[in-house]
Amino acid sequence: MINRNPQLDEHGVLQHLLTTEGLPASVLLHILDTAESFVGVTERDVKKIPLLRGKSIFNLFFEPSTRTRTTFEIAAKRLSADVFNLNIAVSAQSKGETLLDTVNNLSAMNADMFVVRHAQSGAAHLIAKHVQPDIHVINAGDGSHAHPTQALLDMFTIRRYKRDFRNLRVAIIGDILHSRVARSQIHALTTLGVPEVRVIAPKTLLPKMVERLGVHVYHDMAKGLKDIDVLMMLRLQNERMKGANLPSPEEYFKYYGLTPEKLSLARRDAIVMHPGPMNRGVEIDSEVADGKQSVILPQVTFGIAVRMAVMSILAGNQV
Amino acid sequence: MQLPDAEKAFDSLAKKIQADAHKDFALIGIHTGGVWLAERLHQALGIKQPLGTLDVAFYRDDFDKIGLHPQVKPSEIPFAVEGAHILLVDDVLQTGRTIRAAINELFDYGRPASISFAALADRGGRELPIAAQYTGVTLELPVDKMLELKCGKNGKLSFHLYDKSLPE
Repeated sequence: MINRNPQLDEHGVLQHLLTTEGLPASVLLHILDTAESFVGVTERDVKKIPLLRGKSIFNLFFEPSTRTRTTFEIAAKRLSADVFNLNIAVSAQSKGETLLDTVNNLSAMNADMFVVRHAQSGAAHLIAKHVQPDIHVINAGDGSHAHPTQALLDMFTIRRYKRDFRNLRVAIIGDILHSRVARSQIHALTTLGVPEVRVIAPKTLLPKMVERLGVHVYHDMAKGLKDIDVLMMLRLQNERMKGANLPSPEEYFKYYGLTPEKLSLARRDAIVMHPGPMNRGVEIDSEVADGKQSVILPQVTFGIAVRMAVMSILAGNQV
Repeated sequence: MQLPDAEKAFDSLAKKIQADAHKDFALIGIHTGGVWLAERLHQALGIKQPLGTLDVAFYRDDFDKIGLHPQVKPSEIPFAVEGAHILLVDDVLQTGRTIRAAINELFDYGRPASISFAALADRGGRELPIAAQYTGVTLELPVDKMLELKCGKNGKLSFHLYDKSLPE
């Protein structure tokens, strides 16, 4: 038997969203196109549509995250689904319940969809493999593995400002080593046909053999930012830094922090993105974060529409 | 089977709406065929309000059966729905379910003063208490046939009949 992508059923229809890796461009573009229609909904006075009325969506956050959980909650509520937030970091698991027992219990409460955030890579895959076929799973970030909805909202933002993926140079800058966002971005960008994806980071913040993902590696901002159309900044993950990966945040800012001077090395119409939350003065200067080329707040707005699109496509794809 | 001429049906529809033109309608076409018709009517009737378009995919009642429509287009209503006299336009009226969805969607934009409905073809088979105020042509078709409006490269409208492969 061929080992097929666990996100797709035997007809290639999306059943779970776990990673952007291995998803065909057609699936990614369908999500982006559907999200376009949801942007219109989020701009109305009444921001709610009846599509997922009666569906139960459980936000399973095994790792604290206010922002991502809130955007999923807003997206689900705008689709009229019932949303249940479980902050499991301080709940049953601390009493000793296993991950799959937690999922079994919630499935017995007739869940239709799980949105999963977990510190362990592969947690969402494990749940997707385990649940009944009529339950859909969305990975909202697992360890340093994947964060597909963030990557999709980034793709949506790029398409909104740059129209076509096929003539772009994109740079991902910062802590690639610990970043699930960067991995998902790289897979999405290459699948959508971006001809040149660069990563710019100190050696200590790059995974081994990162070139295998099809990216060009730079350690120097001046060289790496030349001719760049899109700058995707990453958050320096202080909470994940163990030991001496970095001398100090100040030192990092000096070499890799995005200042107006460094930004001027990219194309004049380049856009600056950041998945949030930002460390101002560490990976990005306030003048850039709040500047004309920043599309950081539109990213947040588009994130709702993209998550609405993912949820409604999955909920509609019944086996 | 001889199908009616869509262009003649359009002329007849436009004439009927023209007679009520004093009502100061705002036009909204339902994707995709209804948008073609609404664009033509907008021009033919010299309507001042900009044209609106609706894709009712998010309001359909068959989501649980067939999932999300594969190509949803954004709904765009470039005028205030609140207090407006709205004329909804669609190509084929059958069950009335599309119009139900469209009316529901419209009310999420505001409270219109009135909603009327113009259909190029009324083929019978209603499943909801919905009627068109204006129709271009009325015909009876067996339920297993699907009537579709097409728009040629030259903008010419024509009707086509298909066997239904999927139940609605």
